[in-house]
Amino acid sequence: MESMLHITTLHYLVLGAALFLLGVIGVLTRRNVVIVLMSIELILNAVNLNLVAFSRMWGGLHGQVFAIFVITDAAAEAAVGLGILIAFFRNKETVNVDEVNLLKW
Amino acid sequence: MEPVATPFFFYLLSGMMLVGGILVITRKNPVHSAVALIITLLAQASLYLMLYAPFVAGVQIILYAGGIMVLFLFVIMLVSVDRAQRERQFNHQWVAGIIAATALGGLFIAVYTKGKDIFPEHALPMVENDNTQKIATMLYGQYMFAFEIASLLLLVAIIGAVVMAKKRI
Repeated sequence: MESMLHITTLHYLVLGAALFLLGVIGVLTRRNVVIVLMSIELILNAVNLNLVAFSRMWGGLHGQVFAIFVITDAAAEAAVGLGILIAFFRNKETVNVDEVNLLKW
Repeated sequence: MEPVATPFFFYLLSGMMLVGGILVITRKNPVHSAVALIITLLAQASLYLMLYAPFVAGVQIILYAGGIMVLFLFVIMLVSVDRAQRERQFNHQWVAGIIAATALGGLFIAVYTKGKDIFPEHALPMVENDNTQKIATMLYGQYMFAFEIASLLLLVAIIGAVVMAKKRI
């Protein structure tokens, strides 16, 4: 009970791990490309939560600076990913990730 | 200022985040998924505030919930989702999904139960009133090179997104 009422770094890490797993399941099982990209955002957010929790644990700000860099990457990834999605939709008239099979053997 | 009722808010916000995450990966309509993701992002911003990271919390709200999610909603508006909604939502890789999730979850549980003693019980006290100034000093000092590379990455992303979304260049 004591450990339930005292929030430590480990609590944040477990929450981050749960979010990461949700993102991985979404990426692997969904067929809609938009939701796959959203699941990638979930994964990146789990990483950010861990970085900020570690920054709190060690008392420095390096983790927060890294979290800002990860957010920058997420913005770039979303822009490029959604651009690819629009190009894909224009060619195939679908947002189904299973139909991206031109290079499939 | 010492935060009040930390455990209550932690469990409330983490519950919101997990429910939002589950809704993101299970909803049929991508717009509902996007709204659930916004709830998750806002709850996470509140968790950042509890971790004495007000600047990251602000960036999270402005950039993620404000910028990236608007981008997502615009693209959902551009591509027609009617056909996708009538199709099967999950592919045949659910076995691979379950296996990957179990393996990763087992790894996390193993690492965290083995290594939980290395985390200190009480976090260091942190002053928050000059958080933004300190982050700015680090970004423009110690992390100058990474900052420049990030700006280059954003430039490449802008050009790439325009090139790919344009019909004919």
